[in-house]
Amino acid sequence: MADTAQPKPMDAHVSATRRDFLQIAATAVTGIGAAIAAWPLIDSMNAARDTLAAGAPLDVDLSHLQPGQQIIVLWRSKPIFVVNRTAPDLKTLQEPTVLDRLRDPDSTVLQQPAYAQNWHRSIKPEYLVLVGICTHLGCIPEFTPQPGGTLGPDWPGGYFCPCHGSRYDLSGRVFQGVPAPYNLPVPPYNFISNTVIRIGENPAGSTFDLNEIEQL
Amino acid sequence: MSAPANQSQSKIVRWIDHRLPVFTFMQHELYDYPTPRNLSYWWNFGSLSGIMLVIMIVTGIFLAMQYTPNATMAFDSVERIMRDVNFGWLMRYIHMNGASFFFMVVYIHLFRGLYYGSYKEPRELLWMLGVIILLLMMATAFMGYVLPWGQMSFWGATVITNLFSALPVIGPKIVAWLWGGFAVGNPTLNRFFSLHYLLPFVIVGVVGLHLIALHQHGSNNPLGIDRKGPQDSIPFHPYYTIKDMFGLGVFLIIYAAFVFYMPNALGDTQNYVQANPLQTPPEIVPEWYFLPFYAILRSVPDILFIPAKLAGVLCLFGAIGVLFFLPWLDTSRVRSARFRPVYKWVFWLLVIDVLVLGYVGANRPEGWFIVAGRIATLYYFIHFIILFPVIGWLERPLPLPTSISAAVTRKGGARLAGASTPMEKP
Repeated sequence: MADTAQPKPMDAHVSATRRDFLQIAATAVTGIGAAIAAWPLIDSMNAARDTLAAGAPLDVDLSHLQPGQQIIVLWRSKPIFVVNRTAPDLKTLQEPTVLDRLRDPDSTVLQQPAYAQNWHRSIKPEYLVLVGICTHLGCIPEFTPQPGGTLGPDWPGGYFCPCHGSRYDLSGRVFQGVPAPYNLPVPPYNFISNTVIRIGENPAGSTFDLNEIEQL
Repeated sequence: MSAPANQSQSKIVRWIDHRLPVFTFMQHELYDYPTPRNLSYWWNFGSLSGIMLVIMIVTGIFLAMQYTPNATMAFDSVERIMRDVNFGWLMRYIHMNGASFFFMVVYIHLFRGLYYGSYKEPRELLWMLGVIILLLMMATAFMGYVLPWGQMSFWGATVITNLFSALPVIGPKIVAWLWGGFAVGNPTLNRFFSLHYLLPFVIVGVVGLHLIALHQHGSNNPLGIDRKGPQDSIPFHPYYTIKDMFGLGVFLIIYAAFVFYMPNALGDTQNYVQANPLQTPPEIVPEWYFLPFYAILRSVPDILFIPAKLAGVLCLFGAIGVLFFLPWLDTSRVRSARFRPVYKWVFWLLVIDVLVLGYVGANRPEGWFIVAGRIATLYYFIHFIILFPVIGWLERPLPLPTSISAAVTRKGGARLAGASTPMEKP
C-alpha cells in the first residue's frame, strides 16, 4: 500500500519521460506528415506543364528591322525588346558623362548572360535584345531613344518607365537615383543565321538560365 | 426588457434553449449586453463595418454566379453583367462601391480607436484582431480588383505581386509561384478568384473573434474610463440598436447616392479597357483606399545597404505592422484623448499625414511629390515609434471623471428609467 501511495520518484520520472517521448514523437510525425500532405497543394500553384511547354524558344527575323527601330515580341508572357541601334546610339553608350550616372555601367550584377556582359550588352553591337520588364515593379518601360525632350536636357536616350519614373540607357542599364535597382535583363538568345535570332536558346557552348539572374 | 429565454412563454423556445442555448446567447450578447451609456456616433462604425461585410458577401455570391474567371472571358463577362444580366449593373455597382465604403467605415472605426485609446489594456487583442481583419480586407480588395481583368486590374496585379521579388533569394521563386506561370495570366486570375471568394469568410471568422474579445470587457467609450457599475451602462437593445439603425440610414443614403448617381466616381476609367500585357497604362494608380500605402512604397530611397525597392516594401508592410505594437508603444495610461492635452492635437497630425500620403500616392513621383512623400512617410513612423511613447511619458493628463454617469448626467449616478433591471455580466 505504501508503495502505491508513494511511488518511487525514480519510477515516476522514467514513465513521464517515456510519455513525453511518445508525445513529442507523435507530434513530430504528425507535423511532418501535414507538411508533406500540404506540398502537392502548394506545388499545384506553380506553373503547369502546358504553361512551361508554351515557353519554348522563339525565332525572330531581324532583316526588316530599321536602324533606330524597336519591335516587341512575346516570349514566355514577357515582352522582349529587340532594337536595331544606330551608330550615334552606340557612341552614347560609351560616353563617360553618361556612364558616370549609371548604377552598374559594367553590368557586374548578373542580369545578362556572359556573352552580353560587354559595353553594348548584346552579341552584335547594333542589335539589342532585352526583357522589357522594369526591375522595380514590373511595368513596361517606354522606348524613348531621342535625347533631351520632356525627360530633361541631360537625357541621352533610352527607356523611361511611366509607372515610377525609372530610367535606363539604350542598353538597358539603369540610372542612379531611380527606384529600379538593376539593369534590364538580357534573355538567352543566339543568331541562327545572320539576321534571325532565336530567343530562349544560348549560343553553342554557353549556359545561361534566366531564372538565375539577380532580378527579373 | 424581454424575459430570459429559459423562462420564455414559448415551450419550443425553452425546449431548444435547454439543448442549444442560442436564445440565451442572443439575450446576453444583443439584448442585455451592458454598454456604456455615453457612446457617441463614432461608435456606429463597428456595426457599419459588419453590415458592409454582409452586403459585400451577398452581392459577391450573386456576381460569382455570372462571372467567368478566365483571362479571355473575364472582361466580357463583367460587361455582360452590366448590360444583360437582370439587375447585374446594380449588384456590381453595389459591390464595387461597397469596397470603397467598407474601407471608409473601417478607417473611421480605426481612427476612432486611435483617438479614444480603444487599443489599450485590456483590449490589446481586440485591437490586434482588428488589424488582422484590415490586412485580410486589403488582400481581398486587391484580388477582387483583379477580377474584371481591365488594364488597372492587370497592371495593379503585376506591380503588387512583384513586391515579393524584393525579398532576397526566395523572392523570384515566390513571385513565379504566385503567378503560376511566367507572368500574371490566366492561372493568376483563377487563383485570385478562388481566394477572393474564400477570404471574406475568413474575415467573418476573425470578426467573430473580434466580437468575443469585444464582449469580454465591453465597448470603450468617449471618456475612456471603465464602467463602475450598473448606473454607467444601458442595455444594448433598444438603446444602441436604434442608434446604430439611425446611423445606418444616414450611411446608406450616402452609399446609395454613389451607387445610383456616380457609380464610377471612385474608380479608375482605365479599368474599362481590357487588360493588355504589352501596354502599360500611362499611370498605375491603386484605388483611393490604398493610396497612402502606395505613397509609402514609392517614397522610400536606399537605406544604408537596403536597396530602395526592398526598403519600400518593408516600410509598406511596416506601416500596418506597427499597428500591432501600438498597445505597447503608447505609454500613456489614459485612454481617451479628451484628457490628453498634447495627444489630442498630435492625433490630428497623423490624420493630416495620412491625407498627405494619399494625395502624394495619387500623383507621379516627381518634383516636390517625392519630397512630400518622404517627409510624410518619415513622420508616419516617427508618430508611432517615437511620439506615442514620448508623449505618454511627458504629458500631464487632465483629471479623469469619477465615473461615466457622474460625467454625463446632471445628477450623476442616477439610473436611467429604462435601465432599471440589474445588468450584471453573466
